[in-house]
Amino acid sequence: MSDINTQRRQFLKTSAGAAAVAIAPGMLLYQVAHGNTQAASSKVRWGMLIDTTQCKEGCNDCVGACNKENGLSGGTKATDPQWIRKIELKDIGSGRVTSLPMMCQHCEHPPCVDVCPTQASFKRADGIVLVDRHRCIGCRYCMMACPYKARSFVHEPLENQNPDVPRGKGTVEACSLCVHRIDKGQIPACAEACENKAILFGDLNDANSEIHKKVRSVASVQIRADLQLNTGVRYQGL
Amino acid sequence: MRLLASLLLCLCIPAAWAAEANAPKLDIGLGGQCVKDTQWMRKNHMHLLKHQREETVRKGIREEKDALKNCVECHASAGDNSVTAREDSFCVGCHRYAAVKIDCFECHASKRKATLAKKDEQ
Amino acid sequence: MADLSALRSMNRLFYVLLALGGLVALGGAYAVFMMEHHGHVISGMNNQIVWGMPHVFAIFLIVAASGVLNVASIGSVFGKAIYKARAPLASLLSIAMLSGGLAVLMLDLGRPDRIIVAATNYNLTSVFAWNVVLYSGMFSLVIVYLWTMMERRMNIFNKAAGLAVFAWRFILTTGTGLIFAFLTARQAYGSALLPPMFIVLSFAWGLAVFHVVQAVIYAWNEKTLDPAILHRKKNLLGVFVIGSLYMVAAYHLTNLYFAHQTAFENFILRDGGMFPNLFWWGYIVIGNLIPLLLIYAPGLGKNKSVMAASLLVVLGAFALLYVFIIGGQAFPLSIFPGYEVSSSFADGQIASYQPSLYEFLLGFGGLAIAFIITTVSVRVLNFMPQDKPYISD
Ligand code: HEC
Ligand code: HEC
Ligand code: HEC
Repeated sequence: MSDINTQRRQFLKTSAGAAAVAIAPGMLLYQVAHGNTQAASSKVRWGMLIDTTQCKEGCNDCVGACNKENGLSGGTKATDPQWIRKIELKDIGSGRVTSLPMMCQHCEHPPCVDVCPTQASFKRADGIVLVDRHRCIGCRYCMMACPYKARSFVHEPLENQNPDVPRGKGTVEACSLCVHRIDKGQIPACAEACENKAILFGDLNDANSEIHKKVRSVASVQIRADLQLNTGVRYQGL
Repeated sequence: MRLLASLLLCLCIPAAWAAEANAPKLDIGLGGQCVKDTQWMRKNHMHLLKHQREETVRKGIREEKDALKNCVECHASAGDNSVTAREDSFCVGCHRYAAVKIDCFECHASKRKATLAKKDEQ
Repeated sequence: MADLSALRSMNRLFYVLLALGGLVALGGAYAVFMMEHHGHVISGMNNQIVWGMPHVFAIFLIVAASGVLNVASIGSVFGKAIYKARAPLASLLSIAMLSGGLAVLMLDLGRPDRIIVAATNYNLTSVFAWNVVLYSGMFSLVIVYLWTMMERRMNIFNKAAGLAVFAWRFILTTGTGLIFAFLTARQAYGSALLPPMFIVLSFAWGLAVFHVVQAVIYAWNEKTLDPAILHRKKNLLGVFVIGSLYMVAAYHLTNLYFAHQTAFENFILRDGGMFPNLFWWGYIVIGNLIPLLLIYAPGLGKNKSVMAASLLVVLGAFALLYVFIIGGQAFPLSIFPGYEVSSSFADGQIASYQPSLYEFLLGFGGLAIAFIITTVSVRVLNFMPQDKPYISD
């Protein structure tokens, strides 16, 4: 292998990189102006890695950010929707206390999608599990099937919804991973709001992404792994 | 009941089209150029919207031009910033006239985003 | 003269009954209107107890609708004459209860106006969607079956239709059981025993409803049921009741056998407040033991006590379904086994549920629909069992 060859490769790489850097902002600008006209790709698998050792007991920042972003009231009556909630865990054996946020785990094999009679519950190509509120008939079978109690039913008529997040009475809803933000190239509101950076968001399939590397290097678990749903949200430090 | 009602509605619609000539006066909103030809929109806006929502919700294709938000941004009244607040509001007038009932604004915001944001800050 | 006035007062009674049924159905319609206007906040259901009282009524009606056909099947599939004479009435009851149950289920939806969506977007993996097909199929099959019985020229197809109904009804009740059996994440459900359990329960509940209605029709027509027939049918009810008791016991015992389910069983059978009470007193004592006593105790087992036994079996059915559906959801979902959990979303807590008046109105509305269909049909067509003077088999 000659030196020249390596140099040539190096040059090609650099210039390709430079070209990418030059074009990318243009692409971004285009996206902002016209919306993301690309369909979600099945090469991507959006997910989260939640570091419970960084999650503070009593801190509710992620919940507050979610409520604000998605226009939830923040009420905690039994009939109020909650897309994300903080759970405090106490190990019965050792007494160790852990705190973590719980939301839709965006399963690869979501039970809610299996049971939905109208295909309103569906998994987008990039792994986000959503409710198509135009098809949902409000039967609540998905809520029965979800192992994480991630879904809520809208029990009351709503007003003044966020234009980016339509919500309405009589349908089931849940964490959408802030799909409207993801499609704009932003990260979910909860991940952005966490001061301790306990929520790492990214593409589990992208070998260069931080989340991909971290999931490979640190021990993480899926909740109710026994059900073999292959969740997109993973927890570390449990 | 509802089924019966909607059947009756379907029967009424051709009649409504026939009476197109004296359609109600509408508050068009900001004006400018609609996303498609006006004539075409009059007849086909529901197909456009329903196609668009499948594309956006299920596939993640967000063509902002055809988004419902965008219709509201442009068509909301210059007076009250809404497409549904009054009898002659853009998305109300025709539908009332043609006896069509839409539920879109039970979930979707019927006001301009800017005015909603302002209200949040207050 | 006396005869005529008696006839007239019977006639009046019929319209009074019909009006009462209509009133209750109207109450149901009112509940639907209110729930659609205000949303499900006015029901007792919430994000923890997502299925409530309406589902107890609906599932009872649907399960009993399948079970009542047992009477018809014994007649047409196994060729027993006394059952054959009762097949038309059984089929009618099945259609009536199916209509009532489905109406409740549908009107409880968050968006009942979108029911057409359920027909146009079909999800092959959803048990719910299968059930939509099973219910509508059953409906049409039973109507055809009735037709083959009532129209002389169609009699030749009677046997085939009877067989089809017989098979379909097994699949249907299996489907109802599967709705719960597939919920593997929840401790209360996700058991392979549920479909057979529901099938046996349906036999008992269906026959109980049949007995009640038959007794009323005989009384109305001032006829008495042949004691020999009563004797055979009450024994059948006894066998079904014992069978369902066995299935329910098997379900709970297998749960107790699996270590991770014992907490749930302790809750339902011992510690869960109203749930163990309803289970032991409501289902076991009122719904099984007393009826068995009424059927088998020497000196009892006459017309009145069989009627009472049947009514108690129905009451017990509601108790069992309440414990099964509400109790099963009230027990906290185990998301983090081995941890004590708490949150703002009732994690680790027993969920509370207060059924509201609207839910009862809706449920009774379903019963009223079944009642109206039955009363009117019995009045208009001849559903009175026609027994031959002797019993051949
Ligand atoms: C029960 C609530 C609900 C109702 C009713 C509803 N939508 Fe939506 N709609 C949503 C949600 C949720 C989204 C997803 C928003 C997202 O992902 O950004 C959406 C997205 C859309 C989109 C794509 C996004 C956009 O802003 O354009 C269109 C178009 C749309 N809906 C049209 C309609 C129309 C037309 C109706 C009335 C026939 C309607 N919707 C009724 C909840 C609803
Ligand atoms: C940039 C502003 C703009 C946007 C965005 C826009 N429109 Fe229009 N629209 C107009 C104008 C201007 C007219 C023409 C009014 C006229 O000619 O009387 C019009 C006409 C229409 C008409 C026919 C009205 C009539 O009087 O017959 C319909 C229906 C309509 N638009 C629906 C929509 C829908 C649905 C959307 C969203 C997909 C939308 N418009 C987006 C500006 C807009
Ligand atoms: C020019 C009059 C006119 C205007 C303006 C108008 N519509 Fe319509 N729309 C109609 C008519 C007429 C129908 C019924 C057509 C049919 O069903 O064939 C209809 C039907 C619809 C439907 C389908 C309803 C159904 O049950 O399938 C939707 C959704 C809809 N319109 C949304 C909108 C929205 C959103 C706006 C405001 C941006 C709007 N329309 C403005 C005349 C109008």
